[in-house]
This record gives sequence, structure tokens and C-alpha cells, in this order.
Amino acid sequence: MIDFQTDPTRYRHWKLSFDGPIATLTMDVDPAGGLMDGYELKLNSYDLGVDIELADAVQRLRFEHPEVKTVVLKSGKENVFCAGANIRMLGKASHGHKVNFCKFTNETRLSIEDASENSGQTYLAAISGSAAGGGYELAVTADHIMLIDDRRSSVSLPELPLLAVLPGTGGLTRLTDKRRVRRDLADVFCTTEEGVRGKRAVQWRLVDEVVPPSAWEAKVNERALELAARSDRDGTKGIALIQVQRTISDDAINYAHVRVALDRAARVATITILGPSDLPADLRGIHDTGAAFWPLAMARELDDALLHLRSNEPSIGLIVFRSVGDPAQVLGADSLLEQYQTDWLVREIRLLLKRVLKRVDMTARSLITLIDPGSCFAGTLAELVFAADRAVMFAGSAAGDNRGPATLHLSALNFSAFPMGNGLSRLANRFYGEPDSLNTAAALIGETLDAEAAEEHGLITFAYDETDWDDEVRLILEERASFSPDALTGLEANLRFVGPETMETRIFGRLTAWQNWIFQRPNAVGETGSLKRYGSGVRPDFDPERV
Amino acid sequence: MPEASQIDYNGLIPNNVGLAEDLRVRKALETWHPGYIDWWKSMGPEGFQNSPVYLRTAVGVGSEGWAKFGFVRMPEYRWGILLAPQVEGRTIPFGAHKGEPAWQEVPGEYRAMLRRLLVIQGDTEPASVEQQRHLGATAPSLYDMRNLFQVNVEEGRHLWAMVYLLQKYFGRDGREEAGELLRRRSGDQDSPRMLGAFNEQTPDWLSFFMFTFFTDRDGKMQLAALAQSGFDPLSRTCRFMLTEEAHHMFVGETGVARVIQRTAEAMKAAGIDDPYDIERVRALGVIDLPTIQKKANLHFSLTLDLFGNEISTNAANAFNAGLKGRYREDKLTDDHQLTSSVYPVLRLRDGTIVNEDVPALSALNMRLRDDYVEDAATGVGRWNRVLERAGMAFRMILPHVAFNRRIGEFSAIHTDTDGNILSSEAWHARRESMLPSTDDNLFIASLMRTSRQPGSYAGWIAPPRQGIDNMPGDFEYVRISD
Repeated sequence: MIDFQTDPTRYRHWKLSFDGPIATLTMDVDPAGGLMDGYELKLNSYDLGVDIELADAVQRLRFEHPEVKTVVLKSGKENVFCAGANIRMLGKASHGHKVNFCKFTNETRLSIEDASENSGQTYLAAISGSAAGGGYELAVTADHIMLIDDRRSSVSLPELPLLAVLPGTGGLTRLTDKRRVRRDLADVFCTTEEGVRGKRAVQWRLVDEVVPPSAWEAKVNERALELAARSDRDGTKGIALIQVQRTISDDAINYAHVRVALDRAARVATITILGPSDLPADLRGIHDTGAAFWPLAMARELDDALLHLRSNEPSIGLIVFRSVGDPAQVLGADSLLEQYQTDWLVREIRLLLKRVLKRVDMTARSLITLIDPGSCFAGTLAELVFAADRAVMFAGSAAGDNRGPATLHLSALNFSAFPMGNGLSRLANRFYGEPDSLNTAAALIGETLDAEAAEEHGLITFAYDETDWDDEVRLILEERASFSPDALTGLEANLRFVGPETMETRIFGRLTAWQNWIFQRPNAVGETGSLKRYGSGVRPDFDPERV
Repeated sequence: MPEASQIDYNGLIPNNVGLAEDLRVRKALETWHPGYIDWWKSMGPEGFQNSPVYLRTAVGVGSEGWAKFGFVRMPEYRWGILLAPQVEGRTIPFGAHKGEPAWQEVPGEYRAMLRRLLVIQGDTEPASVEQQRHLGATAPSLYDMRNLFQVNVEEGRHLWAMVYLLQKYFGRDGREEAGELLRRRSGDQDSPRMLGAFNEQTPDWLSFFMFTFFTDRDGKMQLAALAQSGFDPLSRTCRFMLTEEAHHMFVGETGVARVIQRTAEAMKAAGIDDPYDIERVRALGVIDLPTIQKKANLHFSLTLDLFGNEISTNAANAFNAGLKGRYREDKLTDDHQLTSSVYPVLRLRDGTIVNEDVPALSALNMRLRDDYVEDAATGVGRWNRVLERAGMAFRMILPHVAFNRRIGEFSAIHTDTDGNILSSEAWHARRESMLPSTDDNLFIASLMRTSRQPGSYAGWIAPPRQGIDNMPGDFEYVRISD
């Protein structure tokens, strides 16, 4: 089982150090610390295990260190910043593992950019040695890139000439969209195995500045302080991200607020979110409650559950979201998040919810949300209704059920707090062709919507009453389970994201689609392909046919 | 193409590559030339640029023409571009292209790999000149001073050889790299040379001899491997360079041997039997044998780092591509492709040193290193014959390959010179018994007083058995007063 939970006392590959407003995140990968057998993580190359620690460090810096305004990313090794994803690992890994690995690393890199953009915690990459492939892709997540000019250190994306694959963590997209590197120069850069160093790296906008070794440490520190001075981050005391508690049994994973039930025969995982019952009264209370505050605790648990299912339960094809609780309490949590949104911690919680909901969008499983009596799909939790490929709602009450009918509730957060990768709220994404419906929905904030109203306003897919519910739900799940898993992944990834492209949607959509195609082709993974031959010294044999 | 065994001395740049007709390369080289002369004057041997030195210059690449002796001021030395004669019908001797005609032009798919090989090799040539530039002032004799300068001008010519290939075959990138070769500086914090051993200091003459014995021998092995290259111009260039490199080995091997000989003679004359009676030996004004051993330990281990990692994809790629072969590839009798054979490599496994069979292609660095160790051991054997003849029981050794390493798997551990793994405390406690201490270096430095009378030698080194070019013992190899 791949475990996505860790903490700094268990890190094998990263070191965190703190100096006032500056934190230094040092990559020093233990070659013997690979997640699986059969490869060594030489030259600061990474596998999923290294990235799980990175994701944890990025998260902790945000919640546990409000005083940190600049994070300096650097290498703990001489002559190498980071050599990117470990090639022997990729050569041995299953296709599914490669895709999950790339997806997770992409999400982690976007979380770094989210911290720079939205948390006042800016990343600075201080490259000494070579930053190759995924190593450069890690560096370009930073807002400011410094390269030591020792006439040896370089940046490169050698994937194509060296490995016959593509940079898999957004390298191509960030070159053109973020760094604004001219496309023909980007072409030269991406086909030159040894990369670019020194002044040319600045001229081509691959890095922001080059610094001679004699001035290196002082200059990095100076830049870090300048970036810190721009920050609006004003907290002083962080909260501890205590370990997420869970129990894993054969057919269930249980957290405090999230329950996962596995039906392997039907290939369905049902994720039930338990709504809050005991909320703090004010901002002080939120800080005192810390990691136990329901929106934060629930988000971390849901995040862990999603990652667990993605990596450890590949045959589960459907995720059914349910909820149990009092919608008023969920709306109460939402109003705390809305009222105190300028507070650094509340801002972090909102941003984390945003990222976890994006992780839902990016999960290659059919998502079905069932809204039934006793559920609490309100405000933030209603995002799971809008994230789903289909959402069905129980109309009326069942005989002998005294809980009252199922309801759906919108809050202000549904319109502003949780943009998808394409920059739209899930409601705006849903009503891309119906702007009036979006306006109407905005007027429904605070209303209690029954199935009929929800269906009328287009907030759910179908409403079924007691007569039809069991059968219709069964049919949806059975039919879904019978379709081709590959085709469903493609269909869902297309339909979930409407309208405008952003750097983020391009990274996931365009780049990973191409990469995943290349990863399947004999030129990469065949017996004489580049990944199989890598390191043997024997050249790959390519099929010359262009497709 | 002109007659390859004769050199065109008419132009600015002596050559046997038809430079007069190759306008593009001639222009590039003539543009590069002033920068080279500036570099030589500012970074070459300090203090003797205007002294005529009795130097060897190549006037032909045939077996007789490559060594013509005469007095020359170093900035006026005729650095040229000399390739061994082309062998008709030569084929690529190894790798995936084995048996195909050798390349006369750079194959596009290997351009970057080849250029990198050339730049790394090229970078070492000026580096050692820079490392040795202060040594003239403390030369133990005019004979040694002349040998130093001979090594220096030939390293300069080797730089020329690599620069020619870069400018001839690698277009604009090649010209830029050629310029960079003049801009990097040994030991410079902002702009160091590419390989670690070439940024170390060469502070004294024993270091110089050790460097030419150990580190130039790495150069010899690398050149020998490149001399096998399927890229014919590189092969021809390196074959000719090897004839010059042999002199550098000679300077190092005989230099150390003469130091050992002098120490042995002095100990015998003073009646000292115990080589570890260091204070008494040093009082004689000679370098004690244990310190010579420590110097050897240092230079050997630094040089092993130049062979890179135990398992190397780059080396495998370069071999498979037909660009860099093994030592004496043409004398080996296997399939020259190595796609299915294994090679034993010493590796670090769970904290112990074990011998492990790995795919032969991945182990090429270690194969070259093993050949190197064997080659160096032969030279050490000759040092020991000096001790034997002098009646000394002390013997010089090569330390274990895991000793004092900074690159490769053994950089993670400490060992003694026999390869026994040491704890960090034990290492620090024993370090100065295995590597030169500050005191050792200060003592050696205290002996570095120059001796400039023709035929006279500093007291810590024996005269050579015969002179250069069979000159008499009191020949004035460097005319300092001119």
C-alpha cells in the first residue's frame, strides 16, 4: 500500500530549516530510499515517495509556519539540483503507476504555485548544479529562479532527446505560458540534452537571473528577503497538522468525518462525508480548534481517501459521494469561512478545500453523488454535487422515514471560493451555456431546495422518488461499471472542464494526454523502446512512422 | 589534403590538416589565437616567458618527425594542429555501428554527446597549466624546469587539438565552447574547471610529479579510449596526443623515483634504517618515505574520482554510439559490443564492499579505471625497484580504490588504505597517518628552494640518469639570464 501520510520526523529526502521569514526546503534524496525495489534515487532524482514528502512539506509550511513568507528551494547535493523523475523507476513502473505519479507530482507543483499566488508564501528556486527534466520543472514552479553561474550548472528538459518521452510535470506548458519562452527557442531548449546555462538561460527567460558563486549565498538571501517584503502574510502562530487518524480494513477506510466503503465486486467506493456537529463560535475558536476544525479536518481526510483510492484501489471505477448530517451546521461552517476570510488561517483552509476539490475533479473515476434524506449537501459540500459526473436526488420522503425530504443548499462559497482548474466556479462551469441559470442560482443562496426545485434549477441531474430511486441508482452504477474504463476516463476528463483553457488545464489536459499516449507507445515502453533501453547504453529502435 | 606526415609551417598555425585551404576554420582559429596567447601570458608559466627553453616541437607526425629540439621562448612556441595519418578504410571498431566506415564528419545524432566528450577532455588541458604556473620559481634544477615547461606547452597544444575539432566540426556551439575553455580558471570560485582534480592546487614539486604520474595517467587512459573512436578526426588527434602524453608519464615517474632515490641515499649515508624515524630523516633535508606514500595516496584517490560513477549510463551510451572505446580496444578479442556480457565491479552494498557482476556496458568507467590501476601499479613497481636497489625494506603501494573518495559509491564511507571501513571517529584519528598533514605540506614547502646552476640539483632530489635529448649533465636547459 502506498501511504500518502508523512511528517518531517519521517522525511528521508527533504530538510526544512527556518530563519525568520525565510524557510529553506533542501532536497537531499536518499538514493536507497526508493518507494519500491529495483532502482536507486541517484543525483536527487525522485519517485512518488520523494514527492509525497514534498507535498507534505509544502502543506505544513502553509499551515504550521505563518511567519514564513519566502521558501527557498535548493539542493543538498553538490553539482546537481535535481535530475527529475527516476528513469529506472519509470521503466519498471506499470502504466497506471506512471499516470498516478505524474498526476500527483503535477498537483504538488500546482500547490507550490498556489502558495506563491494566494498565500503570500513565495517560492524561490536557487539552482546550483544541473536542474534536468523534472528538476527544472520543479524549479519553474517558483516565482523567481536563480541559477548559479559557475559555467557548469544548467537547466534542461532532456526528456525528448534522452528518453523519447515528454516532460511530464508541466514543463512544456510552463515554458510557454508562465516563462513566456519563445516557442522556437523552447523547441531548441527541449531538444538539447545538455540544456542551457549562464547568460543565455536569462536571455531565453528560462531563469530570472544568474549569479556568480562568490555572490551566491548573499544574493539568494537578499532576493528571499525582497520577496518576503512583498507578502501580505501576517500570522504569527501556526497550527499543528496532526496526523490524520484512520483505520483501514478490508472493505472500509474510516476517518473521523469521512467513511469509505468498498464494494469490490461492484467496483464502487462509497465516500460518505459526516457533517460538522460542534463548530467554534469565532476566529479565536477556529485557531484554538486548529486541525480539528471540521472544514480543515474533513478536507485532509477526503484528500487522503482520494489519494488512497487512486493508487491502491485501481479496480474501483466508481466513487459514490454521500453525506450525513445537518445542512445548517455545514452552512455554519461556511459562514465562518466567509466571515473571517482575510485571516491567514481561514484563507489557508479555503485554499486547501479548493485544492482538494480540484483533486476530486482530477480523479479518473466516475463520480456519482447521491443526495438522499439525512444528507447535508450544503455550501462547500454541495461542491461534490457539482463536481460529480451525475448527481441524483431523492424526491419526497420514503415511507416510514421521519427525517424529512432531502435538501440542497447553496452558500456564497459555491460562487467564489473554489474555482476549478479552468478558473470557473463549479456552478459557472455547470452553467457555461446558461448564464441566466447561474444568476438564478446566486439568488438561491440560503434557500432550502428540495428535489423538485433543485431539478428545476439544473443543480442536479435527475430527481427520483421512492418508487424509482433504488432501481435507477442501481442501473446508473451497473451501467457505468460496464463501460470501458479507458473511454470513461477520457469522456469524463473532457466533459468535466468546459470553456476556457488555463495553464493548469493545459498541463493536465494537453500535456498528460500526450505523455500518457507516448508512455503507451512501443517507442517508449516496447522491448526496444527508450525507457526499457535507458541506461543499458544500447540505443532504442524507433518505429519511424509518424502518427 | 597535404601530405599528412609533414606539417605546414608557413601559416600562423603549423598544421597537417590543410588549414590554408579551409578558410572557415582558419578564420575561427585565427580569431581564437590572440585569446589563447593572452591566456598563455597571463595564466601560463609565471616569470619565464622570455627565457629561451630547450623544448621539443613536432615537425612531423611520423615516427621520426615529431620531436625536434631547440631553444624557443614559450609564447613563440609553434602550437599546431597535428593529426596522426589517416588509415585507409578504417571502420568503427566497437558499439552498435561496429564495422561501418569510420565517420569523417560528426553524425548528427551524436553531436551533443561528442561535443561534451571533447569539452571535458579539452578543459583538463589548460587546467593543469594553470595549476602548475608558479612552479618554475622553485624548480629543483634547470633540467626539471625544462621538463615542467615541456609538459606545459604540450598541454597547451592538446588544448589546441580539442579546439580545432570543436571549431571544425561543431559550428557556432563549438566556437562558443572553444572560447569558454579559455575563460574557465583552475580553482576559481566563480569559474572553475569542470573536474574536481583540476581545481586542486599543485603547490610543490612533489605534487607536480605525483600529478603527472597519477592524474596525467588518467589523461592518457581517456585519450587512449578516445583514440579508438569511430569519429576518425578525434581518433587521429588522440593518437598523436598520446605520443606526447608519454613524456608526461616519464616526468612523473622518474621525478618521484629520483625523490625516493635521494631519500634512500641520504638515509643510508646517515645510517638511518627506520623509514618512520621521520624527524631524523627530515633533518637530512630529504622527504621521508611515509610522507611520499601519503602524497601518492592523495593523488591516486583524487584521480580515481575522475573516472566517475561505478555504474555509468553516459559511458555506456558513448561506447554503444562508437564514440569512446575501451583502453586498447583494438587489442581486445571479444565482440566489441558488450550487449550481453558482464564485468565485475567493486560496489558498496549494505555498508560492505563487495565484488558484483554488472552489465559490461554500464561498467565501462570501472573497466577503464581497472586498466588505469594496473598501469599505475607498474610504475609503482619501478619506484620499488629503486628502494630495492638501495637496500630499503620500505615499499610504496597503491591504496585501495575505496580510500578517500568523493565521487561514486565509496564517497559515502571512510576506509583505510587497505579498504577496511572506518568509523568517522577512526577516520579522523587516522587521517593524518594516511594523507599529508599540514605539517607534512609545510615541511615539503620548506624544501622548495630553487637550484638554477646548470647541472646542480636541490638536495631532496637525485639527478636524472641521463639528460634530455642526450644532453650532458651541465647543459643549460633554460637560459634564464637571456
